[in-house]
Amino acid sequence: MSGGTASEESFRRPKVDVARLRRDAWYRRPRWRRLLGFVVAGLALAVVTGPQGAGSTALMSSLKATFTSVPRLGVCVGIGVLLWAVREFGAPLRAPARTAQDGVARGVAPLRRFYAAGVWPKLAVGALVLLAGAVIPNLLSPTWQVVFVEQMGVYLLLAVGLNVVIGWAGLLDLGFVAFYAVGAYSVAFWTGSLPVQPPVVLNPFVVIPIAVLTCLAAGLLLGTPTLRLRGDYLAIVTLGFHEIVYLVAKNADGFTGGSRGTTKMIPHPSIHLFGLDYNWMFDPLPYWYLILAFTAILVVLFSRLENSRIGRAWTAVREDEVAAQASGLNTVRYKLMAFAIGASTSGLAGVVYASKVGFINPDNFPLLASILVLSYVIFGGMGSIAGVLVGTALLTLLPQWLKSYVPAEDRYMYLGGLLVAMMIFRPQGVIPSRRRQREIKLAESGVGGADATGAAGGTTS
Amino acid sequence: MTATATMDASGGGEVLRTRGVTLRFGGLVSLQDIDLTMRRGEILAVIGPNGAGKTSLFNVLTGVYTPQEGELTFIRADGAPVSLLGRKPYRVNRLGLARTFQNIRLFAALTALENVQIAAERAQRSGPIANMLGMPWARRDQKASAGRAAELLEFAGLGARVNELAGNLNYGDQRRLEMARALASDPEVLLLDEPAAGTNRVEKEQMAALIRRINEELAISVLLIEHDMRLVMSVAHRVMVLNFGRVIAEGRPEQVQRDPAVVEAYLGAAEEDAENTRETGDAVGREDADE
Repeated sequence: MSGGTASEESFRRPKVDVARLRRDAWYRRPRWRRLLGFVVAGLALAVVTGPQGAGSTALMSSLKATFTSVPRLGVCVGIGVLLWAVREFGAPLRAPARTAQDGVARGVAPLRRFYAAGVWPKLAVGALVLLAGAVIPNLLSPTWQVVFVEQMGVYLLLAVGLNVVIGWAGLLDLGFVAFYAVGAYSVAFWTGSLPVQPPVVLNPFVVIPIAVLTCLAAGLLLGTPTLRLRGDYLAIVTLGFHEIVYLVAKNADGFTGGSRGTTKMIPHPSIHLFGLDYNWMFDPLPYWYLILAFTAILVVLFSRLENSRIGRAWTAVREDEVAAQASGLNTVRYKLMAFAIGASTSGLAGVVYASKVGFINPDNFPLLASILVLSYVIFGGMGSIAGVLVGTALLTLLPQWLKSYVPAEDRYMYLGGLLVAMMIFRPQGVIPSRRRQREIKLAESGVGGADATGAAGGTTS
Repeated sequence: MTATATMDASGGGEVLRTRGVTLRFGGLVSLQDIDLTMRRGEILAVIGPNGAGKTSLFNVLTGVYTPQEGELTFIRADGAPVSLLGRKPYRVNRLGLARTFQNIRLFAALTALENVQIAAERAQRSGPIANMLGMPWARRDQKASAGRAAELLEFAGLGARVNELAGNLNYGDQRRLEMARALASDPEVLLLDEPAAGTNRVEKEQMAALIRRINEELAISVLLIEHDMRLVMSVAHRVMVLNFGRVIAEGRPEQVQRDPAVVEAYLGAAEEDAENTRETGDAVGREDADE
């Protein structure tokens, strides 16, 4: 409370700036500016899809080739102008489009009601998805099976874990992959694959709880002093934590094997129980089933958590920490809980990954991996488990799929372009979470502020 | 006033006591030597011009700010005094002081029910693992808190709005929802920061009735900040007037209303009635001070 009853500023009549009321030149009006924007976008599209060049001369000649090849240039700029024309003069098209949309919505409405009605439809859908997940990889080539496990599967687990941290508790964690590394190195240690020997050599399956607890402890250790921080500050702290873990893995030669990584191969997980004897070998499919099982279990557990007092408390903390505290919530405790749960999930993913690939080194856990998981979560829809899964699947498979169509080096450029477009046009993600979507809607209508890690993008559009 | 008589009959002991509380922000003195004594079961109103230190007083009491000097004591139902100094806001809440905010702070994307439920279940025992596994006691907790929240919404007159988003409620309903949320933490003292600000006359009357019901039916002591003199005069048992961070008057509403120092503080001149006072107070603008 400040100032007290300070005398009011004397009122000043605003001066009318006559120059500002003059009509703008035609090229300064929004419509034509947008045309310029679309043409530039078309040119950029022509450049990125055009021939490649390396080195300065090759770069110039490739640019020359791009700008002299009339078909490509024409098509790309044409696309730009067409999009502009639809945007500016497409009003007559909009009405039929809306009717069609409404028609579809009306057709789908009974299905939606049925889905929302009870628990059984959800279970049925879940079972169908699970079945599809079990069957589809069988129909794929071995290369794609490897992609499913090492690219998509592991990231599915990571994304489900990060969703708890950022989607529900609203904590921007840029060092998430550090816990993944901790999990992977835990399994390497307990299976005797590092230069230091463990007290007992264990099966990777037995290491899972140990790794999960280790990551839980690491999460608490990092979180306890830092979770008083908010948004940006926490992001930097987690970034630093990632660097520490990475550099320790890289430089502690005697313990982690340094940059060469594990000295021996990490054994594949195996089961010897009640006459059951099974060894996960080199074949990717069994690992896929393992990941599928873990993901399904986590999805069930976490969605229960979301609809419990814990999930509600997380939403409260995310939306208004002051009000949450005033309502008796120990906000630091809840943030810590989210952080630790996310870290444990990340550790589980690390165990699965390490025991699949057999050899790990620090460069399996770059900062980029953290950023990628984050973008998968945001792309899919923060806070929505279905969205996060779909987003991760799309974005991890896309670069692999693009491989057959575009030069390999260009793949991540298209990924980047997709992310940019998504954030502009659909910041809430592919399948938005109910609560997050409300936040964006309310923020757009001026009620409450969506937080920095949440729906800030939605407020600017 | 009959309410005063009820209060006297209950003969409440002290529930909240501050002695010599001083809060400074750099060179700015926000609260100076505040002695406040609140008796159990009473409705005590704190009034004063904007910037007088009312919301700062709330923030000091609820642990948002720590005063540089003075004592803050909460007296529990069993008579044991507990110092509030240095306690975090959530601990103050758990001791039995719940508050609302001047600029409404609801969880806008949650439903009315969920908003209240969060406060009702703040101290439940079921942890993350029990909830993940859907253990019976976690389900029981869940049911209990949902039931309690529905009850309180009914009490606050929001029974028909249970599943509406907090952000979509109208202003008066949001104020009442905030009160329901505060009540859900089973407080002994309820601190209301301008509960009637921005509401119309009908809503103000409903608000006054709700405050009285909270006080009489739930036996909760109410510390009330309010600009609306009509509301203050109709519900408060006692009034404390702050100006420039100091207590300038204290007593029964009708005494305080006539106190020349109070009239002076509000208007800088005499001869104006309470209704004008309120309008002046509102026109100067909202103080924004709870962070």
